[in-house]
Amino acid sequence: MTRNGQEPSPVNDRAAHTHRLVDSEKWLGLVMISPALLYIVALIGVPLVLAVLYSLSDITTGDPNYHIVGLRNFRNVIQNHVFQRAVWNTFVFTIISMTLVLVLSKILALVLMKDFRGKWLARFLIMLPWTAPIALGTIGWLWMLDSVFSPIDWVFRSLGLLGTPDALLGPNPNLYWLGVPTLAMTSVILVHVWRMLPLATVIVLGGLSSIPQDLLEAAEIDGAGFWRRTFQIVIPLVLPIMTIATLFGIVFTFTDMTVVYVLTRGGPVQTTQVLSTWTFFKGIEGGDLAQGAAISLFLFPVMAAVAILMLRLARRTEVA
Amino acid sequence: MVVVEVRGVSKHFGDVRAVDHVDIATTEGEFLVLLGPSGCGKTTLLRMIAGIETATSGDILIGGKIVNDLPPRARKIAMVFQSYALYPHMTVYRNIAFPLKSQGFPKEEIPGKVQWAASTFGIEKLLHRKPRELSGGERQRVALARAVVREPSVFLLDEPLSNLDAKLRTSARDELQQFQRRIGTTTIYVTHDQVEAMGLGDRIVVMSGGKVRQVGSPQDVYNEPADTFVAGFLGSPPMNLVEREDYIAGFRPEKFLPVSAYDTSEPLVKLWLKLHRMEHLGVNRLLYGTLRDTFPNEKVIVSVPSTVDLHIAAGETYEFAVKEKDIKFFDRSTGLRIEPRRFWEKR
Repeated sequence: MTRNGQEPSPVNDRAAHTHRLVDSEKWLGLVMISPALLYIVALIGVPLVLAVLYSLSDITTGDPNYHIVGLRNFRNVIQNHVFQRAVWNTFVFTIISMTLVLVLSKILALVLMKDFRGKWLARFLIMLPWTAPIALGTIGWLWMLDSVFSPIDWVFRSLGLLGTPDALLGPNPNLYWLGVPTLAMTSVILVHVWRMLPLATVIVLGGLSSIPQDLLEAAEIDGAGFWRRTFQIVIPLVLPIMTIATLFGIVFTFTDMTVVYVLTRGGPVQTTQVLSTWTFFKGIEGGDLAQGAAISLFLFPVMAAVAILMLRLARRTEVA
Repeated sequence: MVVVEVRGVSKHFGDVRAVDHVDIATTEGEFLVLLGPSGCGKTTLLRMIAGIETATSGDILIGGKIVNDLPPRARKIAMVFQSYALYPHMTVYRNIAFPLKSQGFPKEEIPGKVQWAASTFGIEKLLHRKPRELSGGERQRVALARAVVREPSVFLLDEPLSNLDAKLRTSARDELQQFQRRIGTTTIYVTHDQVEAMGLGDRIVVMSGGKVRQVGSPQDVYNEPADTFVAGFLGSPPMNLVEREDYIAGFRPEKFLPVSAYDTSEPLVKLWLKLHRMEHLGVNRLLYGTLRDTFPNEKVIVSVPSTVDLHIAAGETYEFAVKEKDIKFFDRSTGLRIEPRRFWEKR
């Protein structure tokens, strides 16, 4: 019985039912989130479970038979000195490149906030690395850092810094960028910084331009100099954006394999090997899926910690 | 107490002359109001005095010293922004303490100073809050406290009341003036609101198009406007300006009343008015009509106080009058004040 005492007609009833479904936040929400959920389960959940299962087995690309072998893979992986080197390198690579990106992007963004002639050209040039596909850009660097034909070496030679007996950078005609351990790591880090810098700069620039001009002027009138304004007004105000961007950067850098793969393939003698490339070489190229999976799982705790931090930060800004 | 002086100051943004050769000087402890419509250059002028904008030409003097090349912090000024510009990530306490810390005040004296500034504006209880937890009126007080705390020699206020609602604005205006009288610091106040300007200012500088049109006491600029701009800008409704071949005559709507309302021996000028429309506004009535005879078809507005009895109707023509001394004359081409013309005798 409806309120006015009439029996509801079946047609009205069905329409009302559809309405209830569409209006119900519970059902509608479920319907709307399901594509994202499916995507995550298929492309992240399933591979993660597979990785865990593989890491506990003796599976290889040549023999898909599955036998549980317990933690044997993990023991083998940890004892391997290349793995130890890769863990160390991954942290060095991530920490140094992220620090450089943070400092440089802040400086670049501050410069780009100012008005000067040719500002659009500067912005264009800074954005350029981001527009090229990562692999192509890195191949470009591979040529730049070539052991014989490197144009960088050529510039040093013509400046007299390289290739003469008393030259500052040594008597050899080349620096062998990718052939000397420290230079190879430096190259990998610098190319990665080159690639990350545009996006980081744009994010910082966005953060900086969201600060009301009034605040900076008020601080100036209040007597704050450049450093006090930077550290007590500007940085605290862009901190939420910067933190999230940094955490993303860490995830991005920690799991990246393009630069190392294209430039050095982990060499010379594994000195630039990182966890992601070592996983790939072991698991895919070497065919030992089980060990590859075990190595890749070592990325997991760091990623999980970063993810938790990100979620908590996001939550805090949401509440604020 | 310190005097601020602006000598021949201009500011050009590209081809735009935001401020065009302005000369003004405050007296000691004066409350000087810069009044004008949006884009008249008043805020730019204030920002140049503050030092956050550099003058294209001319000199700015604070306390007799040219400060053109001094940064804002060296000018011993405090400024309150229209947006209040409170630091959103700091508590009220840290907001107020910020200028003291920036200027290297002895650490142990800071809490006392902050307390003093906060109590001046009755915000002691808000010290631990963040700006986003405050109402508009509270934010304005915090901004004022932050300006006062360092005891500046000049206050610069950029429309500090414009973000408050009408009721709060009236009481804030009163408090602001009392406070300024009490501490006696020279104050320059920018506003586009003529009521604020009339109510607060010792003197008003009326600006338009980057130029100063008139400087004077509120009564001066209201009763004796220097040109047609000032006459038309001040007053609500503004002065009636009616044109003849060679001049413009102006009279205030509230000084043009039905002849029957006058009981005076002062010489009157009588004009016939055809009434079109009437508005009852409570305090007064606004009559909209057109003049006859001397100024045919000139539209005028009349403001009649509710205390005057009126027996008139729209569509009819009545005789209205204005005292001779209340008619102001302006040059038709320049808009500037000129000597009175006795047009009524030629009739």
